[in-house]
Amino acid sequence: MSNATRVATSAEPALELIGIHKAFTGVKALTDVGLRLYPGEVHTLMGQNGAGKSTLIKVLTGVYTPDSGRILLKGHAIQPGSTLEAQQLGISTVYQEVNLCPNLSVAENIFIGRYPRKWGGFGPIDWTTMHRRATKLLAKLDLHIDVQKPLSSYPLAIQQMVAISRAVSVSASVLILDEPTSSLDEAEVQLLFKVLRSLRDEGMAILFVTHFLDQTYEISDRITVLRNGVREGEYAASELSRLDLVNKMVGVQIDATAAGNALAANAEITPAARDGEVFLQARGLGRKGALAPQDLDLCAGEVFGLCGLLGSGRTEAARLLFGADKADSGTISIKGEAVKFSTPRDAISAGIGFCSEDRKKEGAILELSVRENIILALQARNGLLHVIPRKRQQQIASDYVKWLGIKTPDIDTPIGSLSGGNQQKALLARWLATDPDMLILDEPTRGIDVRAKQEIMDFVMALCHKGMAILFISSEIPEVLRCSDRMLVLRDREGCGEYLRGELDDASVLQVIAGESAGKSAGKMVGEAV
Amino acid sequence: MKNFRSLLATPYFTSLVTVALLVVLFAMGSVAYDGFFSAQVVLNLLIDNAFLLVIGIGMTFVILSGGIDLSVGSVLALTTMISAYLLHAWHWHPLLVIVCVLMLGGLFGAAMGTLIHFFKLQPFIVTLAGMFLARGLCYLISINSITIDDPLYVAMSQTRLELGLGDAFVSPSVVIAVLMLVLAIYLAHFTRFGRAVYAIGGNEHSALLMGLPVGRTKIAIYAFSGFCAALAGVLFSFYMLSGYGLHAQGTELDAIAAVVIGGTLLTGGYGYVAGTLTGVLILGVIQTLIAFDGTLSSWWTKIVIGVLLFVFCLAQRLMSLGAAKASDANTGGAVVKPTAQAA
Amino acid sequence: MNSNLVSGQDKNGVAGWRGLRHALHHPLARPLGALAVLLLIDFFMIPGFFRIELKDGHLYGSVIDIVNRAAPLMLAALGMTLVIATRGIDISVGAVVAISGTVAAMLIGGTMVMNNGVQEYASNIPMGWAIAAAMGAAILCGAWNGLLVATLGLQPIIATLILMVAGRGLAQLMTDGQIITVYYKPFFYIGSGYLFGLPFSLFIVAGMFIVLALLMRKTALGLFIQSVGINPVASRLAGIRTAALIFFVYIFCSACAGMAGLMISANIKSADANNAGLLLELDAILAVTLGGTSLAGGKFSLVGSVIGALIIQALTYTIYSLGVPPEVNMVVKSVVVFLVCLSQSPEFRRLRLFKSGNQV
Repeated sequence: MSNATRVATSAEPALELIGIHKAFTGVKALTDVGLRLYPGEVHTLMGQNGAGKSTLIKVLTGVYTPDSGRILLKGHAIQPGSTLEAQQLGISTVYQEVNLCPNLSVAENIFIGRYPRKWGGFGPIDWTTMHRRATKLLAKLDLHIDVQKPLSSYPLAIQQMVAISRAVSVSASVLILDEPTSSLDEAEVQLLFKVLRSLRDEGMAILFVTHFLDQTYEISDRITVLRNGVREGEYAASELSRLDLVNKMVGVQIDATAAGNALAANAEITPAARDGEVFLQARGLGRKGALAPQDLDLCAGEVFGLCGLLGSGRTEAARLLFGADKADSGTISIKGEAVKFSTPRDAISAGIGFCSEDRKKEGAILELSVRENIILALQARNGLLHVIPRKRQQQIASDYVKWLGIKTPDIDTPIGSLSGGNQQKALLARWLATDPDMLILDEPTRGIDVRAKQEIMDFVMALCHKGMAILFISSEIPEVLRCSDRMLVLRDREGCGEYLRGELDDASVLQVIAGESAGKSAGKMVGEAV
Repeated sequence: MKNFRSLLATPYFTSLVTVALLVVLFAMGSVAYDGFFSAQVVLNLLIDNAFLLVIGIGMTFVILSGGIDLSVGSVLALTTMISAYLLHAWHWHPLLVIVCVLMLGGLFGAAMGTLIHFFKLQPFIVTLAGMFLARGLCYLISINSITIDDPLYVAMSQTRLELGLGDAFVSPSVVIAVLMLVLAIYLAHFTRFGRAVYAIGGNEHSALLMGLPVGRTKIAIYAFSGFCAALAGVLFSFYMLSGYGLHAQGTELDAIAAVVIGGTLLTGGYGYVAGTLTGVLILGVIQTLIAFDGTLSSWWTKIVIGVLLFVFCLAQRLMSLGAAKASDANTGGAVVKPTAQAA
Repeated sequence: MNSNLVSGQDKNGVAGWRGLRHALHHPLARPLGALAVLLLIDFFMIPGFFRIELKDGHLYGSVIDIVNRAAPLMLAALGMTLVIATRGIDISVGAVVAISGTVAAMLIGGTMVMNNGVQEYASNIPMGWAIAAAMGAAILCGAWNGLLVATLGLQPIIATLILMVAGRGLAQLMTDGQIITVYYKPFFYIGSGYLFGLPFSLFIVAGMFIVLALLMRKTALGLFIQSVGINPVASRLAGIRTAALIFFVYIFCSACAGMAGLMISANIKSADANNAGLLLELDAILAVTLGGTSLAGGKFSLVGSVIGALIIQALTYTIYSLGVPPEVNMVVKSVVVFLVCLSQSPEFRRLRLFKSGNQV
């Protein structure tokens, strides 16, 4: 553990929740939840999906009014009625999807609604002063960028810094970060943590919401765990073991040895691979700005992992293989025969399925039912005229609901009303229903709770054993290392080496990615990105 | 070369192209026709299109926020009708009439804005219904046109303001329109309201979360558009000296064309009010060119406007595709992109 | 779902009540209700509204009249429904009507010939070819729109705005703003002819509707259109030919408009490039919205759009028959639109049902 637990600098909490109850029609989201947030600490809120984390945040930020209970800010009771009110009271929130305006400049995003104005506050907006102040504010976070350029010209990590800078400059006393690291790579996460630590040292009370266990232990001073809308407990990070934490979140006693055995079992899946036929062969496949020309072999019954930091080209490679993007160069052959993928349709008819990483934007057709979503790819492959009979559709959908354990009232419920994990399972079912020879899984377990994650991975591994070729992409490097039979490491849109299972471990893979020997910092990445 | 690339990348690019196009068109006309190259021809563009400029200004704000207002032409006509009626039948004082119709225009817009914001209705359909309503109210007041013979209006119609360059002149309407333009530029770039418009056009959800008064701003945007339509109606009644239900048919489309050609993106968030001036001037130049030619029927105006609109939209589209590709290469695909919507 | 069983009520009463509530929630309930209200007003205020007579083998009556006049709008609404369902819009429909009517009128015209001592009008070219040419022009317009939207990715409202502006200009250019009269009798059949006692235009609409209904039932077209309308990116990744689909719906919409143009032209026995189809796109969009299809795309209802077109036509007729000045028509249309949109808005419904609310 890199941080010893800090002793709170003052005895009084900056923010305290007492006895919060919140129910929506028929569903109790929060039951008698309490929270104590002290100045000068990083306090992590943990829980599975559906535990009530986001509801609690919404109560804190004024989006929801609690049914009962009190919120105390520095000892005074408050009742924020809107996000704006919460902000004015000193509670600022930074969300996962940076909620800023991409068309406005960096400086303007920081000062929106609080522009410095000439003539004593009644005159026109004072742009010069604004730009100067913005530059100074960002410099405090060790960020030196041109504040006059539009926000959209900067990468997501920088945009998040801008959001934090805005929150800080609104002189917040409480900073809430809601899943800020989900789209950041390792170097960017370190940068974020550096900023958070310096803010904490200045006395800011920080509430951090995440589902990444490693990050929790890296940054937290204290942890509050929610489960099913109830507070399981409040702990000092140094006094709570990982196993206990997961126990509290899941509510099931996970045996240490059993966990270890499960991990080992997964690691021992011997590939039938080397004997498996080559299903897809790519030679010199590349696209300008997305991926440098790369060779790839994907074999039946084998898991091929794509490993690398965010932005290294993993999803881009997958999209090229699926025909979602057009390749500039290179060839693909399926079972020895040359093919050309100009649209996803081509890849699908060649027997490939693609479970995209952004299930909301690229996966789920929200208003359509679970059944319709599941049979969609199959129907698309059949074409316009060969309609799958209704009975058969119901059969297929019910089967997958059963096999994958999808929690839904029935197959005709709109998929939008399912939780994230169940939506993901349904989308996986969509591709499995086409009986593909190869399945591309891009971040299949992102944003999903521990149990659903395990269920999905088990199912996928079983399919692999039956002969399916799997292309597995995940930003959780240990996960990729553990599951892949072979893997390609990517850095900055270029392949930098193919490795067999067991050739790399957590430490050496980072060295390969950094492309240098151990000792040089990964901080160079961020500098390049900016 | 580097300078050219950076020129391409500036947000001013489409607006600069529009200005260049305007200059080119004017040059073509000067070469082809006698008498084209004169200050008065340029000023006539403003005189004849002052009302369109004012409507275009209101429309720019609406489109910048990601919305659209199809009712402006009808509100213009309604304004002329109400003005004519108040002057003719009730003999109100002209200044009182003007104040009254301006307020009505603003209220009409505010009502539409309220429906759009509070009930989350689509701007397209609400302003479409508003268009029907305004036109219908026009006809309810009178089917036939009502002449305006109030001395103030007549004076405004006939006054020529010498500019001191030879005998070049403009009408008072032009002065009003230009003042409006200056005011609009100030609003857009130096007030909270204007910046909120841009913010809402960029990402309305974020604007809300950042604490901007989105509701108030949206209603104000449509109220402003209604006000501009009413002001344009006043200028139009100076020009035509009548109130008539058939006035300004299709003006809303001309306004949209002027705004788009002027470089504002229909998706919202990007564009400049000043660009609308250029757009209006281009529409005017095209009409002037055709009039000077004499052999082309006036139907060609519509076709040319359609072609121009196509070219500009295509260019905007290609540029935004190029920009997306470039920023993807920078950021690994993790970029916040504005979402496109059918208006 | 909810069982609102009130103890003490007999089984039939409860079941009937539940059935009624279920019916009220059906998506077609509102448009049918609106139409019913209109017809009721007509029944009470207009004597002999529902009377239908048989004369010269043709059925005559107000109701027949309404349906006949609504035919072009019904066609346009059917085409517009599919476009709106894919999250698009087509405001060039009126211009296409003008173009197709103009092409047909110019090609048919009617030159006077003497046939056995009787004055007759012959068509400039065989009518079949003329109609094919007009439909071809309409389909070309649709292909243009489809190209802009599907291939170039332009926003639908702007893409179709271009044709709306330029298309009508083109039609006006072709006719030089003059009205072209058609003298060739067989052409009028399309607009005002009768078949089996009913107006021929009805058969055209019915035919189109049946073709569409079959397409939706027997093919996956309905599913794909909804999918593309709700999430075009995901649909493409799922293997749906989104570009081809969008291309098709715009062609189909313009084809419907082309047919409507022929009907209108046949009805007024001429082609008026200035006024033909003016504001038709707005009426069509209105009809689709009245019928319950959301402008945001996704689920759609063909029957609803037809009902919507009938509502608009019945409204016009009612206003006319009641002696109310026709200008009121526009005002009433706009009020109807506001009411329908409000009723479709969940915010509005929430306002009425729950007094205290959380902003969620």
